[in-house]
Amino acid sequence: MYNVDLIIIGAGPAGMSAARRAAELGISVLILDEQPVAGGQIYRNVDRASAVRSDILGKEYTHGLALTKGLHHDNITLLKGAVVWQIEEGTRVAFTQNGTGALAVGKRILLATGALERPMPLSGWTLPGVMTAGAAQILLKQSGIACQGAVLVGSGPLLYLIATQMVRAGVPPLALIETQTTRDLLRSMRHLGGALRGWPYLVKGLRMLWELRRAGIPRHVGATGITIEGDQAAQAISFYIGKSAHRIECDTVLLHHGVIPNTQAARSIDIPHLWDAAQNCFVPECDAWGRSAVATVFIAGDGAGIGGAKAAAFAGEIAALEIAHDLEGISRPDRDAAARKLRKHLAIECAARPFIDAAYPPYAGAIAPQDATIICRCEEVTAGDIRRFAGLGCLGPNQAKAFGRSGMGPCQGRYCGLSVSQILATANNISLDDTGYYRIRPPLKPVTMGELAAMAASEINEVKE
Amino acid sequence: MKTDSPFREIDPQSDHVLVRFEEEDLMLPLGENLAGALLVAGVMPFRHTPVSGAPRGPFCMMGACYDCLVLIDGMTVQACMLQVAEGMKVGMPSADRVHDV
Ligand SMILES: Cc1cc2nc3c(=O)[nH]c(=O)nc-3n(C[C@H](O)[C@@H](O)[C@H](O)COP(=O)(O)OP(=O)(O)OC[C@H]3O[C@@H](n4cnc5c(N)ncnc54)[C@H](O)[C@@H]3O)c2cc1C
Ligand code: FES
Repeated sequence: MYNVDLIIIGAGPAGMSAARRAAELGISVLILDEQPVAGGQIYRNVDRASAVRSDILGKEYTHGLALTKGLHHDNITLLKGAVVWQIEEGTRVAFTQNGTGALAVGKRILLATGALERPMPLSGWTLPGVMTAGAAQILLKQSGIACQGAVLVGSGPLLYLIATQMVRAGVPPLALIETQTTRDLLRSMRHLGGALRGWPYLVKGLRMLWELRRAGIPRHVGATGITIEGDQAAQAISFYIGKSAHRIECDTVLLHHGVIPNTQAARSIDIPHLWDAAQNCFVPECDAWGRSAVATVFIAGDGAGIGGAKAAAFAGEIAALEIAHDLEGISRPDRDAAARKLRKHLAIECAARPFIDAAYPPYAGAIAPQDATIICRCEEVTAGDIRRFAGLGCLGPNQAKAFGRSGMGPCQGRYCGLSVSQILATANNISLDDTGYYRIRPPLKPVTMGELAAMAASEINEVKE
Repeated sequence: MKTDSPFREIDPQSDHVLVRFEEEDLMLPLGENLAGALLVAGVMPFRHTPVSGAPRGPFCMMGACYDCLVLIDGMTVQACMLQVAEGMKVGMPSADRVHDV
């Protein structure tokens, strides 16, 4: 059993910078991540990959080296490959590492579990050969595996980033099928003034578009009616631009239309969430320090609302200051002075967000999918099924589970929860806040009897000692 | 089950070990992510769904979707959360329901 001041779940930019700041203030930190190396999604495998693939992955990526280095501190214990599956009483964390369950107790807990890619249910999206664009990027960062002849589908800066990384890796995508429209771009213009404060992001965006153009990657913008064809695996993708029909043969389709907070851990301890209309997702309710309704539990990074990697790092530090203040590691004036600086940086980081969110909204055809499209990948429940449940009086996602098992498979609704809430809200004409989301119950990830038995044995030994 | 894979290693690793997928012997890079290594080896699909028997393969590569489930030592596990080890025996999970504890 581990006994520390602060348990951090997630070793991405938010978790890593929080760990360092807290450790420097004399707080003992245990940081857990289910991945085999620290880094989180953006800096995945940065220690190893930046040496051999920095030219492909870019400067933004190698930036993460400073954060992983920061974890080398006497007050920080990093456990890799540690899958957290339960949080109790706001102070106890159960996890599995190397097939053995273990417990950690902390005075405070910081959830830094990051984001997931927004589910993009399209006809054919369950076929082998269809992955998220993030999955292709993970293969590249983590394993140096490149994917030839892929088509990228969706919208947003991350889609462009992954496309340029594929170009540099020598496997340019066949095409980009982009779902944002000129109308979205016009609508985003009213946020342009604010976005200029975050001008480096705008410059970066333009540079990526220039790089794709130079590489001769066809971009089909304003696509609708997107369908992935295939029987046993993806074979082609068809779509419309205006009234003209297009079809591209390909065996790999990479989907991406933004990221959403991964709220599983927060929801499992009943932290309230609110609908964020600008970001089109639920976000946990927290105060300006990241403290949740469970007073000992804080949330920082993209898991608290999408802001990107640098914003995540600043938010992690801000939470660490308040946690240190709780535990008498820093005085109130010192906390406030340090936080003031961080908040200024955070505001600049977030300045371009409203513009990006408006210019690259989620694909409408995946927010309101056709009846035959599978929504719940695990239990193979379709959009039509969910609408039928609504017709039978189903008001919320938890009832939908009883009607047709949606959200009851091993992924626990991670890739259908948002879709089910949105389809029900539209069908019943009630708000997303009133429709709500799946109730998440532990374990957050399936645990085996063997892992529990090993845990029980080690806890008993500890009591004997 | 083996196809021409669109996936390839940029700088191939030298240390390969024997891994069995169903009835097939594969030489996979030691320590590499199992789902990634199987994709490069042309393994597809990884499994069939318990509901309709539809074929599936890795989707998220980050441990969230559970579409990469395979059978190792009698347990259904996520291939994208494991590393290749010498002598691994990997199978497709039976079409029965995946039981969570
Ligand atoms: C697939 C993907 C790829 C992305 N790539 C980029 C990119 O290249 N560039 C960019 O600017 N942004 C990228 N993003 C956006 C991303 O959200 C970044 O903004 C940034 O990584 C967020 O930092 P974070 O610290 O909040 O969370 P993350 O970096 O996501 O870190 C969260 C960590 O928590 C761990 N975790 C989650 N649940 C558990 C659990 N139950 N038990 C143990 N550990 C857990 C995860 O393994 C992960 O390492 C990506 C997002 C995704 C989903
Ligand atoms: S590919 Fe999604 S969990 Fe492994």
